[in-house]
Amino acid sequence: MQDKDKTRRKVLIGLTSAVGLSGLPFAATPFIAAWNPSAKAKAAGAPVKLDVSKMQYGQQIQVAWRKQPVFIIRHTKESLASLELVLSKLADPNSDLIAEPYKGLYPTRSKSSEYSVMSGVCTHLGCAPKYFPEVEPKPWDATWSGGFFCPCHGSMFDIVGRVFKGVPAPTNLVIPPHMFDGSILTIGEDKEL
Amino acid sequence: MSEIAGKLFSWLNTRLPIVNTFERHLSKHPVPSKVNFWYLFGALASVALIIQIVSGIWLIMPYSNTEEEAFSSIEYIMRDVDYGWVIRYIHTTGASLFFAVVYLHMFRGLLYGSYQKPKELVWIFGCTIYLAMMAEGFLGYVLPYGQMSYWGAQVIISLFGAIPYIGESLELWVRGDYYISGITVSRFFALHVVALPLVLIALVFLHLVALHEVGAGNPEGVDIEEFIDDDGVPLDSVPFFPYKVLNALVGIGVFMTVFAIIMFFFPEGGGYFIEMANFQEANPLVTPDHIAPVWYYAPYFTMLRAVPDPLGGLIVMAAAVAIFFVVPWLDRSKVASIRYKGIYSKIAITLFGVSFLTLGYLGTVGVTEVRKIMSVICTVIYFAYFLLMPIYTKYETTKEVPKRL
Repeated sequence: MQDKDKTRRKVLIGLTSAVGLSGLPFAATPFIAAWNPSAKAKAAGAPVKLDVSKMQYGQQIQVAWRKQPVFIIRHTKESLASLELVLSKLADPNSDLIAEPYKGLYPTRSKSSEYSVMSGVCTHLGCAPKYFPEVEPKPWDATWSGGFFCPCHGSMFDIVGRVFKGVPAPTNLVIPPHMFDGSILTIGEDKEL
Repeated sequence: MSEIAGKLFSWLNTRLPIVNTFERHLSKHPVPSKVNFWYLFGALASVALIIQIVSGIWLIMPYSNTEEEAFSSIEYIMRDVDYGWVIRYIHTTGASLFFAVVYLHMFRGLLYGSYQKPKELVWIFGCTIYLAMMAEGFLGYVLPYGQMSYWGAQVIISLFGAIPYIGESLELWVRGDYYISGITVSRFFALHVVALPLVLIALVFLHLVALHEVGAGNPEGVDIEEFIDDDGVPLDSVPFFPYKVLNALVGIGVFMTVFAIIMFFFPEGGGYFIEMANFQEANPLVTPDHIAPVWYYAPYFTMLRAVPDPLGGLIVMAAAVAIFFVVPWLDRSKVASIRYKGIYSKIAITLFGVSFLTLGYLGTVGVTEVRKIMSVICTVIYFAYFLLMPIYTKYETTKEVPKRL
């Protein structure tokens, strides 16, 4: 074969390989994309909407988002004012140890000055802490001023989910992304975030 | 009758290389005449692979890969399927014993330099098999959808989350859902029963083809090709069939006995083969008190925990497995076998063995301050064995290797 032909052959091989390879990403797309969450999974994990205006002051409700409990609390002015009193008991009062989405916005740690929205999963081993709003001596704390107590391993959190010192849970309760549209709370989505 | 059989055979043989293959790879394939028990584990590993494939196929039949039914289908196999419990325990015991013989097989390689020139590729295919096995074992452990399936997978998948920038979306992509759901289980099922077994079988084939090309080693590290008879057959060799085959059968007999004892009397292996928490159905809301991996991942799990930063832990863990691949180029010794290597090599491999076992133990128990320090020390020794290998193998005095086996 002549050198000219060899060059030609090389060019042709190069060109066909390049064209063939350019098809590779297209061919791979369906196989990779099929692993994304399906429409059904997305629908099941979609943001949860609810009207929180009917909640009583001091009341706590629980909703499920992505199979996990989310706590919503409507605070009274008094309970928010009492947040200062527990500061000395807290391990991480300003949530410096975790990625806090609404840091420094309100004492509620949420996007509202009145409601707290937090994941109901204990940061120790994933149990669901229980809400004890009463300011009264409790078996686990003689100077209890309201908050969450985890029945599994005795972790304590204040009413906005900040963890106490000397308990098994290492960090504050997680704040999920959420937004308020009037009294309509959407959990799992925040257009501003 | 025998005439018809002979004709049939010759009809087959002219169309399929039966005699050629049999001679080339069995009856005329020379293997070293003197080896020890360490050389049995390769054969045992292939037996274990076959056991896993057969018992696995039978488990697929009654298993259900949905979130609602995965756990209950395992209980169905255990209680309602005739002999289902035997088949399941064959598969779970087989997984642990497969890893056990592969670990011994790998240690044999390190002891006798089975990775040295020209066996680098045999070694690399072997390391890849080990990697595929780790993936295969992990995927299989998720399928019963028990508590340890769920939370073990949670820990492993969240490792992807430690990768900067793409971590979180990668996690979501691997799970295909916002938690480890039926969607995750069914894709792991497909990988566990089709994709990875195909990869494993292909790799084992390559491992053996490459081995038969360069020839098996021996504990003396003697090159048997140096002295050959007039037909070109090494003087210090015997044909693979029947000598090596019959020899292996004894080993297989012992292996099967151990297998049966574990399977019938200690199928959970004291919580090491099947962890107790896996007898409860997966619950995304409740974490078990103590999350520990199955014993065969324990050394790497300890390394992961020894590093405080998740990304750093991931890198250390990946490096610990990856470093096996480059061993052929780390060993600068003139001799292959530990018998003729110097004192440094002997100390190094002993320390390595001890630290590997200690890491394994530490991975199955909870963390305390002392254990944390121990796991850091053992991780350092583990890596030092490999990283210092070019130095201590080069500068130590080795003994003269005999010419003949």
